[in-house]
Amino acid sequence: MTEARRQTLLWLAQRASAAVLAVCVTAHLATIFYVAREHLGAAEILDRTRGSWMLAMFYAVFVVAAAVHAPLGVRAICEEWLGWRGRPLDRATLVAAALLLAPGLGAVWAVFA
Amino acid sequence: MSSDRTLEVSVWRGDVAGRFAAYRVPRHANQTVLDVVIHIQRELDPTLSYRFACRVGVCGSCAMTVNGIARWTCRTHVNKVAADGRLELAPLAHLPVIRDLVTDLRPFFDKWARAGGRFQGKTTRHDPLAVVRPDAPERRVVDAAIECIGCAVCYASCDLVAWRPDYLGPAALNRAWTLVNDARDGARAERLAAVAGDAGCHACHTQMGCSKRCPKHLSPTVSIAGLKRLTARAAWSGAL
Amino acid sequence: MSAVVFRRNGWRARSHPAYWAFVTHRLSGLLLTAFLPVHFLVLAQALNGPAALDSVLRWTEQPLVRFVEWTVVALLAIHLIGGLRLLAIEWLPRHGWRNSRRSLAVGAVLLVALGFALALSPEST
Repeated sequence: MTEARRQTLLWLAQRASAAVLAVCVTAHLATIFYVAREHLGAAEILDRTRGSWMLAMFYAVFVVAAAVHAPLGVRAICEEWLGWRGRPLDRATLVAAALLLAPGLGAVWAVFA
Repeated sequence: MSSDRTLEVSVWRGDVAGRFAAYRVPRHANQTVLDVVIHIQRELDPTLSYRFACRVGVCGSCAMTVNGIARWTCRTHVNKVAADGRLELAPLAHLPVIRDLVTDLRPFFDKWARAGGRFQGKTTRHDPLAVVRPDAPERRVVDAAIECIGCAVCYASCDLVAWRPDYLGPAALNRAWTLVNDARDGARAERLAAVAGDAGCHACHTQMGCSKRCPKHLSPTVSIAGLKRLTARAAWSGAL
Repeated sequence: MSAVVFRRNGWRARSHPAYWAFVTHRLSGLLLTAFLPVHFLVLAQALNGPAALDSVLRWTEQPLVRFVEWTVVALLAIHLIGGLRLLAIEWLPRHGWRNSRRSLAVGAVLLVALGFALALSPEST
């Protein structure tokens, strides 16, 4: 794969994950407002989330999209403001993705399983 | 504190490691920054290096940094930028400084060429003339971006040019966009390959310094967004 | 090869709305990326049962934590609106987004609308 194609696909992944996050974030913000307004505690929240496969899938997609979008954004910052290039940059991007994916899916499991 | 009749002008002297030198220049009611520079070189300090040609806003040779912003000095009225009677003149940013207010535009034009900035026709002189309707959608798109004269003000106004040394820059990408949309052009696939990636259109973060500062009111931002769409579709379909 | 051979721009060249939008979008994204792992680890407390999650949630009722929480929500809204603006500029060519003022006005209106939604939902404290 040429560099041009690879970087174009990375850009596309950034934008696609952004579109997915736009939907997820809006839904999540609405949920946060609801939880705050209803003064829900932990037990009440977990009551509604535990065993809900629909919510689990939604938040799993949310986590994956964030694990794609955020590392690519941070990658651009590292390239442009820190001058990183090449393999160290790629490795840092993958590490960032792993640092979001693992705890994120772990949190989904904790809250929805 | 300068009087109404004089300007305090700071002018960059030397190469990139130079410094500002101070001059006092008579102020007139109708005066451009180019008038000020010419006065300094002709009346005060003949060693000052600077560029201009047409002095009426069609060639782009006089582009330099005026009070921190890239402008054409021939089309910048002193009254607009020196309200407090002070002017600061420096060479364009992001280009090697040859001396004083003169920069080396070769990197700018090298990138123009690397972005595929040269028309490549598909026909010969023996074929019928190409018919391009001016109201065709693609031609409208080209017309909106075609008036670029390569002055490098946009290049000097874009942070990504400084942050990514390989970045082709707004002017080169804008020109590539006009050629990609030219119905007569035969090098579309090569052009998209040339402008895709982090050295190309995907480095643009829509800071819009280019569109804001273009003296011809072009919008490389729009052209680059168009290239993003085309290259994304080409990559998705496997053509890129 | 990487010797400084050219001059760079300063704050004067960067003083326009689209640039501020860029900086805001980048910084909000960076802060959100830093916040996310903390958020995930807190939620993972639910694994230890509702009691553990409750004790963490009680900690979050402190004023400073509340402030940080709503700052994060604001950053999220800001980054979302800014992102929608960028997606519009890049993918909706016919809407005349060349005028950065126009696109920023739309973004600002959406942000204000979101701010009202934020204000109208009462906080727990």
